[in-house]
Amino acid sequence: MTSPLVLVVATVVLGAGTFAFRFAGPALRTRVTLSGRAEHLMATSAVVLLAALVATSALLADGEFAGVARPAGVAVGGVLAWRKAPFVVVVLAAAATAAGLRLLGVP
Amino acid sequence: MRSIWRTLTSRLGPGLLRDIVLVCAADGLVGASFGAITVGSGLPLWLPMLLSLVVFAGAAQFMFVGLIASGGNPIAAVVAGLVVNARHVPFGFAIGDVFGRGLARRAAGAHLMIDETVAFALAQRDSDRRRVAFWTCGIGLFVCWNVGVVAGAFGGTVISDTDAFGLDAAFPAVLLALVLPSLKDRSTRLAAAVGVVVALATSPVLPAGVPVLLALAGVLVARGGTPDGPRDPAPTPQSRSEDVT
Repeated sequence: MTSPLVLVVATVVLGAGTFAFRFAGPALRTRVTLSGRAEHLMATSAVVLLAALVATSALLADGEFAGVARPAGVAVGGVLAWRKAPFVVVVLAAAATAAGLRLLGVP
Repeated sequence: MRSIWRTLTSRLGPGLLRDIVLVCAADGLVGASFGAITVGSGLPLWLPMLLSLVVFAGAAQFMFVGLIASGGNPIAAVVAGLVVNARHVPFGFAIGDVFGRGLARRAAGAHLMIDETVAFALAQRDSDRRRVAFWTCGIGLFVCWNVGVVAGAFGGTVISDTDAFGLDAAFPAVLLALVLPSLKDRSTRLAAAVGVVVALATSPVLPAGVPVLLALAGVLVARGGTPDGPRDPAPTPQSRSEDVT
């Protein structure tokens, strides 16, 4: 098993690196003024990243198909969100669909 | 406590505050499972707590602990966690303006920047609401996540399987609901569609985190598809805030 000291150092390095990633944007933004076009591009990038996260986390687990229950739950939530259902309904319906399907033995 | 709640309700509206509370509660449960799984796999009690305080990024923490627990090299675990977290660089450029001025605020805001806070901030129309939503969601998630991790680490494996509650489906649904209004814009929708295809196609062969970054190719494609045409006239602050919502 990995020694406690190694674990602490590894955790701190991961934390510091993650913070550097997070701080890069806000730190650089105060030095350069972005054009409206660049601002739009940044906002689009964030939306694209979030959309990709939705797709990969809904469909895949460890690079393989995650089974039926999870994508089905996300799909139910997506349809409800598209039909302008309240956020709470969207989230609970997604969870309930996946949990219900698993209860019925669907993977 | 009561007056904080009242202030937040008046600035965010009861609906948005309730949405944020729901996501915080769900995050607390996932935190509890993270604490329980980490300790259950034989790692020390303090490790999940330290990770949650200094890293504060669920996916990277699960990846790190999974690799260490299975006997993996700690350096490989750090690198894998960093690759998963690299998406925070573009996130910071997109919403870095909500943190406000001053080093302390920017540092605190940066640390609270995770998928959910970015999505909640992007979904708000005006800049004041965006700021309040970001900080409320960020502080709420940080507290709930860490409390959940402590509870799970001490409480053991009671709620180690959050899949049974469908929480694994709830989180993509949270992000989807928040991102959906932004997809009304045609060029954003095209960029997202290309990005999703790229991420899904590359996921089986690339390490976690990289496919999501490659999705940014969608931004280039959509931009190439609609060059400086008449669709996108002089970008004013107003048109920008509409684009983002």
